[in-house]
Amino acid sequence: MIKTDHLCKRYQSVIAVEDITFQVRPGEVLGFLGPNGAGKTTTMRMLAGFVTPTSGRASIFGHDVQSEPLAARQSLGYLPEGAPSYGEMRVHAFLAFIADLRGLEGARKRARLHHVIERLQLASVLDRPIEALSKGFRRRVGLAQAMIHDPPALILDEPTDGLDPNQKHEVRTLINEMAREKIIVISTHILEEVDAVCTRAIIIARGRIVADDTPLQLAARSRYYNAVSLQLETAEQLAEARAAVEALPSVAQVEVSERDARLTALPRAGASILQAISDLSRSRGLKLKELHLESGRLDEVFRTITA
Amino acid sequence: MRNVGLILRRELASYFATPLAYIFIFIFLVLANAFTFYLGDFYQRGQADLKPFFAFHPWLYLFLIPALSMRLWAEERKSGTIELLMTLPVKTWEAVLGKYLAAWLFTGLALALTFPIWITVNYLGNPDNGVILASYLGSLLLAGGFLAVGSCMSALTRSQVVAFILGVVACFVLLLAGYPLVIDAFQGWAPQVLVKAIASLSFLTHFQSITRGVLEARDVLYFAMLIAFFLFTTTVALDLRKAE
Repeated sequence: MIKTDHLCKRYQSVIAVEDITFQVRPGEVLGFLGPNGAGKTTTMRMLAGFVTPTSGRASIFGHDVQSEPLAARQSLGYLPEGAPSYGEMRVHAFLAFIADLRGLEGARKRARLHHVIERLQLASVLDRPIEALSKGFRRRVGLAQAMIHDPPALILDEPTDGLDPNQKHEVRTLINEMAREKIIVISTHILEEVDAVCTRAIIIARGRIVADDTPLQLAARSRYYNAVSLQLETAEQLAEARAAVEALPSVAQVEVSERDARLTALPRAGASILQAISDLSRSRGLKLKELHLESGRLDEVFRTITA
Repeated sequence: MRNVGLILRRELASYFATPLAYIFIFIFLVLANAFTFYLGDFYQRGQADLKPFFAFHPWLYLFLIPALSMRLWAEERKSGTIELLMTLPVKTWEAVLGKYLAAWLFTGLALALTFPIWITVNYLGNPDNGVILASYLGSLLLAGGFLAVGSCMSALTRSQVVAFILGVVACFVLLLAGYPLVIDAFQGWAPQVLVKAIASLSFLTHFQSITRGVLEARDVLYFAMLIAFFLFTTTVALDLRKAE
């Protein structure tokens, strides 16, 4: 289990992280969200033992990061922000170096090297200096380095930054595969990633936790939760449709987009409006291209709580 | 200790992965020989010894060693690899020692490559090879002292240029600690005990006493303690502000 207890980091006059407390259990993939400068990286650095907290504690499987740093680091794989690595080293030498420092030897070392090289598709660049690699490959070398010792906990600072959509998908699949028995903490500012891999999301802003929930529950906080979006064949019926939908008692507000002849009806709190709108469009003879129920918009929730 | 060895090996390999190693060795050899023959009147003295060769080592090291040591930690900070290294199950002192020893071994290699001058002097006459061996050891210790100072300066900053300048200044002060240039700055206001203590810290006096051919325990101890002190300081400096 990863535990933080009132973590706080102050730099002279600037407060980077103020009072962060949470716990993560095996099987959880925790997404760390927040605007730039909110304290995501500082928090992760404190978990990894790189930054000393001004106050508060963090522990990895019961090992305090400050008082038992080696034991805590042993069970942790860490991808620092920007995936730094020794540029002049060749990929294979670099991974072997990390494996050595992780105490891997003999057959186990070979097996783990083989595993990460295959899993992150690094076979084609093993003999290339890291500084000559593309950003995507460098990020994958960083990921390989973090998981080489098969740690029970992984802390990954922006693991998919700089990857193309295919590589992003690959990394997310990898995270999902490892998620069952491990603790994984990732930071990201890509909200779709939260939906794709996280079982839980913590949003931090100005060094404090402002939300801690499942992605589904977070999205449910959106005013678009249970909203009904309908798109018409042509914009001509838009005015008529709008008037009719607005007249429904359970509809709180209607938003219209002329460009794609779309109309979004937001329900009053707790109300369900899909059936009513579906009936209405049939009785009014609206020519629908599309009609669907929204599950809430994470980006909107994000903006609302971090603003 | 295993980690020290692993880090040492990686560091040493990284010297040779870039032109750094070759340029350093080339310049070291060219300057060491140029000083000896042109400034040291190697032939004109008509004596079969390496006195003029070793006499210039402190001044050669004054600029070359900080150029080597400046990257030790400043580069790790700049490139962010310090975050990688310091979050691996490695103790700070292991990393400090490993990187330091790699640099020292490397200067040892550069020093060893000056062997043709030793062959030359043996060909030309009958030098006291005991004195020469002691001088080589003294020179290696001197380089080790400079490197330890440079390692500490490098740990203080993320700029290699700043690390270089701090390194040169710190080495210069320590080199001449026993001479008027440094002593005069303390004379008059500092207590006499302190002035004496500073004077006894001089690299140059200890180095010169070794190159006379007497490898005394106190000189070796001096360098050993100085190196230990600066490596310890490097470790403390890194632990205190590794993330900044």
